[in-house]
Amino acid sequence: MSNHLVVVGGGQAGFSVISKLRALGDTRSISLVTAEKYPPYQRPPLSKKYLIGEMRSDRLLLRPTKWYDDQSVSLYLKNKVSSIDIQNKSLLLASGQSISYSNLALTTGSEAIKLPASMGGNLEGVHTIRSIDDVDNIAVELKSATSVLVIGAGYIGLEVAAVMSTLGHDVTIIEREERILKRVAATTTSEYFERLHKRNGVKILASTSVVELLEKEGKVCGARFDDGSEIKTNLVICGIGIRPSQQLAVDAGLTVNDGIVVTESCLTSDPNVVAAGDCARFPYDGNLIRLESVQNSIDQAEVAAATLFGSKMAYRPYPWFWSDQFDVKLQIAGLNVGFNRTVTRLGNRPGSESTWYFKDEKLLAVDAINDGRSFLIAKKLLENKNNPEMSKLEDSSFDIKALL
Amino acid sequence: MPHIIFIEENGIEKKALAEVGETILEVARANDVNIEGACGGNMACATCHLVVRKKWYDILPKPSDDESDMLELASGLTLTSRLGCQIKVTEDLDGLILSLP
Repeated sequence: MSNHLVVVGGGQAGFSVISKLRALGDTRSISLVTAEKYPPYQRPPLSKKYLIGEMRSDRLLLRPTKWYDDQSVSLYLKNKVSSIDIQNKSLLLASGQSISYSNLALTTGSEAIKLPASMGGNLEGVHTIRSIDDVDNIAVELKSATSVLVIGAGYIGLEVAAVMSTLGHDVTIIEREERILKRVAATTTSEYFERLHKRNGVKILASTSVVELLEKEGKVCGARFDDGSEIKTNLVICGIGIRPSQQLAVDAGLTVNDGIVVTESCLTSDPNVVAAGDCARFPYDGNLIRLESVQNSIDQAEVAAATLFGSKMAYRPYPWFWSDQFDVKLQIAGLNVGFNRTVTRLGNRPGSESTWYFKDEKLLAVDAINDGRSFLIAKKLLENKNNPEMSKLEDSSFDIKALL
Repeated sequence: MPHIIFIEENGIEKKALAEVGETILEVARANDVNIEGACGGNMACATCHLVVRKKWYDILPKPSDDESDMLELASGLTLTSRLGCQIKVTEDLDGLILSLP
């Protein structure tokens, strides 16, 4: 088929490549291949509103199925790609069907890391959260869950713990580092969320690791920790990280290094193949990095679409993230990697605060807790490369809007 | 079912049939309105900013403090700006007109 784009992976990035191309007026034929039974949908609510049961699955869809027909996009749902042949520009589906392409977009996303089978990771009642099906499976078991164990106190783990606790379950989180969110946040932000969870009855065990999950008739019934203690649990959720889905790219011979390596125009080592989203490693500030976020999936995919369309665009992101736990919203602007100083300011309302991360004089990132105003001001400061004086931030009576 | 009318940046009008209880962001998505709504309705991003016709703005429930905070710094802010994710469709909103900023 001439001028045929195949998009592999039906997440936010896959959707954004297609919607951007059509918005640019590109009319080429497009096929979207995804292993899931749904067309692209929003993943962030999976560990929040969808898990708590406030949202139906059809509301998660980024566009209704009919949209793909209207846009002349062929949907290959429930189809796994077995291999990609970049020399002959074709890919083979697990069903045996082969599809040829003129361009390929790899938006394969990432997969949740599972606990090894040797530790009980394959037992019934042990889950990760990445897809609608994952949450639907958890929902079935939740009815008979008595005690929930969450492994890993990163954002996913904490969000799940908050939902389970809100639903009335007895929840324990274990974290091998000495504090929650250690990998991603300063002590002030960690402590805020630790207080929040404890106030809501969640038990947090820091500096603790799982040695093994305990089994009864193939189903998890407890866990043993490295301090020798044991707890009973019949539902375990692992939030121990994700890794890029890159095996197809590795097997195809593309350059891969913890993520499919791309240029700032999203081109892989093959000129006919672009990649974007969680699976792509791209140049940023002199390094190659990978981001796992909605912002990255949308903005990088739009650059990939522009590249496919033939226009020159470089991906220079202003990263941002968010997390909802209980009645608290955390919004993060920037990347705090390499910070050596922080300032924490109280916000205008009870329970609101923001932590500002600096490397020497340079503002790197801000965690804003129930403080959307500070988040947006920080986002603008970062976009304008405007480094506020720390002394001004330390003055609680100073209105930070004056920094803009 | 109430009708909602979206006017995109280029002046193109999109009429949508909405379900009561849906948010305006959800209606926009279902009807291919060119709106980002990156955070999916969590008031985390302000990328579903819409301008409501004055007459309709006055009928809507007032924005929460959180919504006002997110709008305060939105680009293209007007006196009748709202976040699409925070407006729930009701029968009274039949004929609601919103423009993308």
